[in-house]
Amino acid sequence: MIKLADIIKHPLRGLQSDVDEAESPVRYTLLRQKIFALMAVATLIPLLAMAVLNYYEHKTTMAREIQNPLRVLVNKTKNSFELFLTERSSTVSLIASAYTYPELADEKKLSRIFSVMKKEFKGFVDLGLIDENGTQVNYVGPYALKGKNYAEQRWFQEVRIKGKYVSDVFMGFRKFPHVIVAVQHMTEDGRTWILRATLDTHQFERIIASMSLEPDADAFLVNSQGIMQTSSSNYGKVLEKMTFALPPQTYEPAVLTMVDPLGRDVYVSYAYFPDADFALIAVKPQGSVLKTWYTVRGDLLFIFALGVVAVFVAAYRVTDVLIGRMKESEERREMALRQVEHSQKLSSIGRLAAGVAHEINNPLAIINEKAGLMKDIMAREEDFPAKAKIDAQVESILRSVERCRGITHRMLGFARRMDVSIEDLDVGEIIKETAGFLSNEAMHRKVDVRLEVDPELPRIFSDRSQLQQVFLNLFNNALAAVADGGRIVAMARDAGENVEIIVRDNGCGMSDDTLKHIFEPFFTTKKGKGTGLGLSITYGIIKRLGGDIAVESEQGVGTTLTITLPKGQREALA
Amino acid sequence: MNAKDWKILLVDDEREFITTLAERLELRGIPARVAFDGESALEAIAAEEPHVVILDVLMPGIKGLEVLERVKRTNPLVQVLLLTGHGSTRDGIEGMRLGAYDYMMKPLNIDTLIEKMESAIDYAKKAATLAGKTDGQ
Repeated sequence: MIKLADIIKHPLRGLQSDVDEAESPVRYTLLRQKIFALMAVATLIPLLAMAVLNYYEHKTTMAREIQNPLRVLVNKTKNSFELFLTERSSTVSLIASAYTYPELADEKKLSRIFSVMKKEFKGFVDLGLIDENGTQVNYVGPYALKGKNYAEQRWFQEVRIKGKYVSDVFMGFRKFPHVIVAVQHMTEDGRTWILRATLDTHQFERIIASMSLEPDADAFLVNSQGIMQTSSSNYGKVLEKMTFALPPQTYEPAVLTMVDPLGRDVYVSYAYFPDADFALIAVKPQGSVLKTWYTVRGDLLFIFALGVVAVFVAAYRVTDVLIGRMKESEERREMALRQVEHSQKLSSIGRLAAGVAHEINNPLAIINEKAGLMKDIMAREEDFPAKAKIDAQVESILRSVERCRGITHRMLGFARRMDVSIEDLDVGEIIKETAGFLSNEAMHRKVDVRLEVDPELPRIFSDRSQLQQVFLNLFNNALAAVADGGRIVAMARDAGENVEIIVRDNGCGMSDDTLKHIFEPFFTTKKGKGTGLGLSITYGIIKRLGGDIAVESEQGVGTTLTITLPKGQREALA
Repeated sequence: MNAKDWKILLVDDEREFITTLAERLELRGIPARVAFDGESALEAIAAEEPHVVILDVLMPGIKGLEVLERVKRTNPLVQVLLLTGHGSTRDGIEGMRLGAYDYMMKPLNIDTLIEKMESAIDYAKKAATLAGKTDGQ
């Protein structure tokens, strides 16, 4: 297995070192694995990084987007509360300053003041004047509270100390949740008295309702002891203890996440009041607000998975193409090398053959002349007992010389790098002409020679005499391969940029082993009769003419030789 | 012209070959002189002006094609038949370009050789007549 870290550290070394040492096809498999892994890693790492970055960026953005409105809402509502309380306490304060004690102690006057207050400011329930001993000396409101003493009550102590006081929500004598706003006033003669108004907490509910929260969200007021100041649907009724701990104190609106007593993940947005002992808390479950985020996250994951699949598919395909190309070019190179090797072999054998033929031709010429002279002399001699026998021997020598001559001339012909003379010619005509040379033998052996030349066959630029030699060779071989009564078919047809000539026989065919060697010089199956040069000469000529030759053969079925010749003239031929 | 009146010169460094060939030609009534290298061949041509020279291409010393070139310069009417030991037609073609009448490959067929000599002599005669007429004008 390839180690990921290794690939990342030395991506190119991995491609070079051990791959080169391995043998193909193991080499290609290794190379394929390495390229694939490298490409996958190189593309997946940035993709992964992008995805992770995107994920967190999106998540924080989403959180901010969700928390900000909550914070703003809480701040706004807190301001509404503060405004509400400040207005009420200022009103009470103003009345305390504007009127004298005797005026306020006057029942009719106080009643008139209260009715104006109620008209201008909603939420006032009652108004009372309390003397320095804590006794309510005058009272306007729905309860019979005149004469009641508050000296022992906490709010009375507080207002005596602070001068102004806004109470928590409490039940008091009325058994109804309410808030007290009390203001202490001092006359010039040093007497103090307190003006006290009660506020209806219904106004609090109204302010909270104006927040227009979703049904599963919640908002309420709580005091610093954690006592609910307004009712909440999930965390306790008014004046009950809040069911979760108070968040840390801050006057700026803040948001935190937590698990509420109902087990939900919630955002808690809150702010403490600087001038009253209240905190406004809004609770919103994450589930509903994060729905968008979950959709986005799902999309992100889906796109990432899609990207990974695409990367793998692309890497696989690209690797496939790459390896294919490499294989192909390597094969082509090998083929070219083999061809060069083959032609080098041909040319060195050719040079050797030329040398041998030349060396042999001179002594052969001497033998020829000597035997010829013997024959000449014998022809002028009278008959003597051994004359006929000697004549026969001389004839045999001359025949052998003739045979040697044939061999050396063929060897020289093989070696010859004849000047190719290109002309515009009709291949069909050359085939017919060449087949004509063999018609006698074919007729004699009842071999059916069929020529199927396309009448529309275009003329090509090639060398007439060399093509004749090629076809003669092929026909000779076919004729040697078929049995008496056999069949030879020669076809010529247009094949795009080339002309294709096919010579097919139903002769003995060749084994795979023979097929491998047929284009090699001196390879022959015609024991003793052939020089083994025919097909290698053919091969050399066809290559020189810019064509190609292919052979298919099956033992006992026959052989098909296919020659392709370019139509056009090639500079390289000359 | 009778074959007896032909003046033939055979040139080859292969002595055995050339003397035997000369003997065979003489048996057929064709007198033939021999030379074994280029220099003596040139001397013999200058001295006797043969009708036909049978000239081997590959010889030590002055090569056949050089002999041919010089002969054609000095005695343009002398017909030269080139002999080659190897099958390269290039020497033959080059020889023809330099003015040889024909070329043959070893080993020879003596009847073909005689036919070629005869046609070469015919050709030389025609050429001589043509040259004579040209000279006369």
